[in-house]
Amino acid sequence: MNRNVLIAIAGLIAVVLALSIWSSRQDTEVASSDKYKVGFIYIGPPGDHGWNYQHDVGRKAVEEAYGDKVETVFQENVPESADAERVMSQMALAGTDMIFATSFGYMDPVINVAKKFPGVKFEHATGYKTADNVSTYSARFYEGRSVVGHVAGKMTRTNIVGYVASFPIPEVVRGINSAYLAAKKANPYVKFKIIWIFTWYDPAKEADAAKTLISQGADVVLQHVDSSAIMSVAEEKGVYAFGQASDMSAFGPNAHLTAIINGWAPYYVEKVKQGMEGTWKGNQQVFDGIGAGMVIIGDLNDNIPDSVKKEAMAIKDGIASGTLHPFTGPINKQDGSPWLKNGETADVGTLLGMNFYVEGIEGDIPK
Amino acid sequence: MDLLEINFAVLVASLIVASTPLVLAALGELVVEKSGVLNLGVEGMMIIGAVSGFIVGVETGSAYIGMIAAAIAGALLSLLFAFIVLIMQANQVASGLALTIFGLGLAALMGHPYTGIKSPQIQTISIPFLSDLPIIGQMFFQHDLIVYLSLIAVFGVWYFLSRMRLGLVLRAVGEDHDVAHSLGYRVISIRFLAITFGGAMAGVGGGYLSLVRVPQWTEGMTAGAGWIALALVVFSGWRPGRLLIGAYIFGGITILQLNLQAIGVNINIAILSMAPYLATILALVLISSSGLHGTRGAPGCLGKSFVKTV
Repeated sequence: MNRNVLIAIAGLIAVVLALSIWSSRQDTEVASSDKYKVGFIYIGPPGDHGWNYQHDVGRKAVEEAYGDKVETVFQENVPESADAERVMSQMALAGTDMIFATSFGYMDPVINVAKKFPGVKFEHATGYKTADNVSTYSARFYEGRSVVGHVAGKMTRTNIVGYVASFPIPEVVRGINSAYLAAKKANPYVKFKIIWIFTWYDPAKEADAAKTLISQGADVVLQHVDSSAIMSVAEEKGVYAFGQASDMSAFGPNAHLTAIINGWAPYYVEKVKQGMEGTWKGNQQVFDGIGAGMVIIGDLNDNIPDSVKKEAMAIKDGIASGTLHPFTGPINKQDGSPWLKNGETADVGTLLGMNFYVEGIEGDIPK
Repeated sequence: MDLLEINFAVLVASLIVASTPLVLAALGELVVEKSGVLNLGVEGMMIIGAVSGFIVGVETGSAYIGMIAAAIAGALLSLLFAFIVLIMQANQVASGLALTIFGLGLAALMGHPYTGIKSPQIQTISIPFLSDLPIIGQMFFQHDLIVYLSLIAVFGVWYFLSRMRLGLVLRAVGEDHDVAHSLGYRVISIRFLAITFGGAMAGVGGGYLSLVRVPQWTEGMTAGAGWIALALVVFSGWRPGRLLIGAYIFGGITILQLNLQAIGVNINIAILSMAPYLATILALVLISSSGLHGTRGAPGCLGKSFVKTV
């Protein structure tokens, strides 16, 4: 290689680095020591209008609540790998007091970094490993799925509800079961068509799956993937869909029936307060739903008849007050074997490890 | 399960839509590689095309102007690559990879204010008489302009490379740049043009993604399509016709496996997800090894820097 080549490569690398530093928009201000410093790491961009966007809403709520007393930093697009350990270690070395790791795959990195920095408090979303300075939190999204499942069952004219699913993990299976049970109750003729696409975020693939379901007769599409592509497709094809994690009505003003919104803000504000006051504890596992405001049902579209709106609100209120549980027996498993007896509700352990469909859903969960 | 639940006319129509970004991007890369340059930056040029096309489409309200902007943006980015590898004679593999990383980052930055916006619609054009044919009409003759143009482009590239003098010169440059140079052909200029064409095609492919197929802008929305396009070029043996077949098989199996899942077919889904890649490789290897056309078609000087000797 001659000199020109080296200069060219060095120049390109410099441009790339400059832009990536600029674009990552990481807050690089040096912390003044009297502020309580809180760090967040995101799996994708906060501009996804879904999962990461809502975590960032929570971060902003913390800033708003405590003003000059706190300082927040965040890093986006952090892979679920050794990179996560590196990013969290850097945050800890920079004097961060509390770190929110907002994706399941950060579980082991969190545990590893927490060992190295016992003075730093860690909050990990949707995981199950805790330590003296690590607590976890997750939301009962299945409660929201019960509400949208009811609306879907009432709104379908073809009696076919499409479902674009990501990975066959308990969280997603739980959502399918919860939505199906509610839809079936609302409309005994309803049928679910499920497509697994094995990714959380691939707008083109999500759009293809939605189009396929619509071509096979689905006129309501539910999703458990992160992008808003399905909402755009639904709007274009004149069918209905639901916002995932965040309000997505901007992408489909007519299609967007309602949304299951992740409400992390109150939790983040509370935990930061505990951290500042010294009352924060490790080894906690929080699993909250509609009642605690961690799962929020978005605005109901005016396309929904008033009677259905009322029913949906009644289900929401029932779940919030604890009088209604989305998994209340009698419920059989897909193979017909009994799961819950009449009036019995599902225990948290079964819910967290759910690996079976309930009776009536066709097809198999991929292995 | 009931196969009749699958609407095959819609299936074919949607496989064509799903394959079109691949056809466009891979066709551009084919010409680039035929001129002896390996540009691994297809993914980066596609995503720059996707974001630029979307921004211009939204601002002007016209998806067609957006498509033109996508082509220009892809071409501009490819010029950066051309400058680095042709003038500075940097390593093509490393520069191409850098181009992809750069493109992904730049696109995220440019697109930031444009998430959550609807793109302008692109009209489908029904071809008179043909589109009224039962089934066939819905499959092939009710698409948007870009789909028809992509098919014309496949024919055009084939005609250019195999029937036109300039195409022959381009292939000569790719086969042996020293000989081409000694014959008086301007190796660097020809490669510059080829790279620019490749960039424009990748840009249009990306624009098709954000303006038609999805249609919206989201970060990282190409999700590896550029790499599949690169693989298609190799497996097609650098032949435009096979490339089209390969892209349609890939798109077809992708859409078919979604359809099979939706009707509840009991096949291991890992295999279904793998199927598009396997089927495409298998089909193209079979065509190539059938010996109908002899050579495998890899240009002799692919990936080598050209240093003027005289």
